[in-house]
Amino acid sequence: MSELTEFRAETRAWLDENCPPSMRTPMPDAERVWGGRGETFKNPESRLWLERMAGRGWTVPTWPETYGGGGLSADQAQVLREEMGRLKCRAPLSSFGIWMLGPVLLKYGTEAQKAEHLPRIARGEIRWCQGYSEPGAGSDLASLKTRCEDQGDHWLINGQKIWTSYANYADWIFCLVRTDTTVKHDGISFILFDMASEGVETRPITLISGASVFCETFFTDVKVPKDNLVGGLNRGWTIAKELLQHERGMIAEIGRTIGGTVPPVDVVAKQYLNDGSGRIADAALRDAVARHVMNDRAFGLTIRRAAQESEAGTASGGLSSMFKYYGTEQNKAKFELIMKCVGSSGLGWEGEGFSDQELEICRTWLRSKGNSIEGGTSEVQLNVMAKRVLGLPD
Amino acid sequence: MNLLLSEEEQILKHGAHEFFTAQLPVAAFRRLRDEIGDLGYDPGAWREMAEMGWAGVVLPEAYGGAGFGYKGLGQVLEEAGRTLAASPLFATALVGAPLVLAGGSDAIKSAFLPAVAAGERLLALALDEHPRFAPSRIASRAALEGDAYRLNGCKRFVLDGHVADQIIVAARTSGEIDDAAGITLFLVEAAAEGVLRTRTRMVDSRNAAQISFNDVIVGRDRILGQVDAGLELLEPVLDAATAGLAAEMLGCGAEAFERTLAYLKLRDQFGVKIGSFQALKHRAALMYCELELTRSAVLAALSAVDEGSAERAALTSLAKAKASEMLELVTNEAVQMHGGIGMTDAEEIGLFLKRARVAQQIFGDASYHRARYADLMGF
Repeated sequence: MSELTEFRAETRAWLDENCPPSMRTPMPDAERVWGGRGETFKNPESRLWLERMAGRGWTVPTWPETYGGGGLSADQAQVLREEMGRLKCRAPLSSFGIWMLGPVLLKYGTEAQKAEHLPRIARGEIRWCQGYSEPGAGSDLASLKTRCEDQGDHWLINGQKIWTSYANYADWIFCLVRTDTTVKHDGISFILFDMASEGVETRPITLISGASVFCETFFTDVKVPKDNLVGGLNRGWTIAKELLQHERGMIAEIGRTIGGTVPPVDVVAKQYLNDGSGRIADAALRDAVARHVMNDRAFGLTIRRAAQESEAGTASGGLSSMFKYYGTEQNKAKFELIMKCVGSSGLGWEGEGFSDQELEICRTWLRSKGNSIEGGTSEVQLNVMAKRVLGLPD
Repeated sequence: MNLLLSEEEQILKHGAHEFFTAQLPVAAFRRLRDEIGDLGYDPGAWREMAEMGWAGVVLPEAYGGAGFGYKGLGQVLEEAGRTLAASPLFATALVGAPLVLAGGSDAIKSAFLPAVAAGERLLALALDEHPRFAPSRIASRAALEGDAYRLNGCKRFVLDGHVADQIIVAARTSGEIDDAAGITLFLVEAAAEGVLRTRTRMVDSRNAAQISFNDVIVGRDRILGQVDAGLELLEPVLDAATAGLAAEMLGCGAEAFERTLAYLKLRDQFGVKIGSFQALKHRAALMYCELELTRSAVLAALSAVDEGSAERAALTSLAKAKASEMLELVTNEAVQMHGGIGMTDAEEIGLFLKRARVAQQIFGDASYHRARYADLMGF
């Protein structure tokens, strides 16, 4: 215990000394650092912050030091999170490499693959995107058709992906491909390749929110080195599913942090519906706000209980299966409720007549609709709970 | 805040499970309803519960109590909820005893608490005067005449009111209806002159009473806490009891859900198990989410009571609101998913629906506690 206390003191001192002032303020989405060859660091202090954190391995605190990690125990990583929270430090790096690819590469990658990719992820040098969904393979992901053929000294990839987040900015892709057309789940492989390869084309898709974070991605005779397959031929589905678990945790978490400058529901409601007494004047909305924030509270307690179970080694896995579903539905409900509270002030698309916060509310409300679709729809999540947790028959 | 059960609490839960399934299963509750009638609880089982220390569960050892925390007690109540066990545990051990402990003089505590802990005396709280819970909506009056008070008023929904030996009555000693101040708690002999008790037969077949107090004379020495400050005494005790009630409701909901799930895996229609239908699967998964959220809220509320946390009131309202919402959903779905059989008196699932609605109303339903939560959070 005293060792951990010592670590906390050192960590606090180091963060206090090394976290630049602007990195202790709420992060506008535009200043989020995704890393990669094209990173421009809109705020120069974010580059410094990333370099310092990566230097200690603290962009990926629990990864082994050999791969650019901090080699911290779970307890130490928790201390680091708490101390960063205390100083309000921004995350130095947002990365699909950290959140999704890293954990499965650590488990399934060859030594050479780990040595090549993990340190670059940790330092934010390579930005990754995820090639999963296809036009004909959404919820039924395993019906994917992108072909990957063995050409002796290389793989040849042909097909199309869709909803590839930030594919137009990504340096590399981790991709599900079909290596056997005679079977479904057992004919899928997990492969990595450079987005600068010849035959790769990306087209951004404009969403209802006006943003274009997703792309259509086309592969035409893309040549990929033989060593880039991860986890063995036709063994990709296992990795795909495991990675989805990481992705769902990430979406539930990100769902709570997008629209980062929009205050909580009760604060917005009080701001727009104050009757002078400090209470929300509209009785029906007050009840709806109370219901919402109470569900938030109960959900937060459930996440904490799951973490305590997992620490104590008594987790059954049942609880975590509800996180993606509940977190995203709750985030959608939050923005619906905020839209009701702010009335016509939330209906501005751009320009004069609306505050920045009001414009952000409208755009984030629209963006939140995707939370319960991406990474496994709510309906798929309910199916998973019914089958795996409740044991209901197919 | 620790949301896991200690080894001791797990043992307690296990013991309670063994006891309730053996001594007070749902079948026993049905027998109580159909055959025994007058008492509304099983005195033999209550004696056994007292021997296990549950009657004095929140009392210190000096008064013969067991002195284990609310988180432990919550496990006993959850198991009681699973078998719909009817007993004086709630009205006497969770509400009455802590009120006497918190507000009684030494003489009163010594006179009553050891007998309560031994399971020999029963208590009841006479608070409600209106159909919806509103603790300051009190018109009953107690007027000081010399050295005693003259008590007049009508109370309703008094749990165990018809079998209690002593009734704790909230009456106005000053102020007007809806004033938070001016309410005083009196410990009144049930057998005192002018106390008229009418047993009300509730939909859950448990005991409650309407009680009128007609010029009942109560000594000043029978006041609990301070004159005019009854609500201050009540609030923390009601919170703790409400957290316990939410644990009972969690057990009731968990059992109704598990029985329904078992039925979905058993019942064949169209040549398949009905549990294979997506329309039912999704609703089952939604119930699972609500149950787990409720469990987290209940554990947090019980811990907050034990720790004397500043969040006690908010977390208690959270637990009662979530438990009420969850139980309404789960018991309605349970009857629906059992189909026609769920509508019959012979099938036990309907008993859970009946108990649920009564428990929801005790000490405030979901909308009451959402409003209280909003008050506490300042919006």
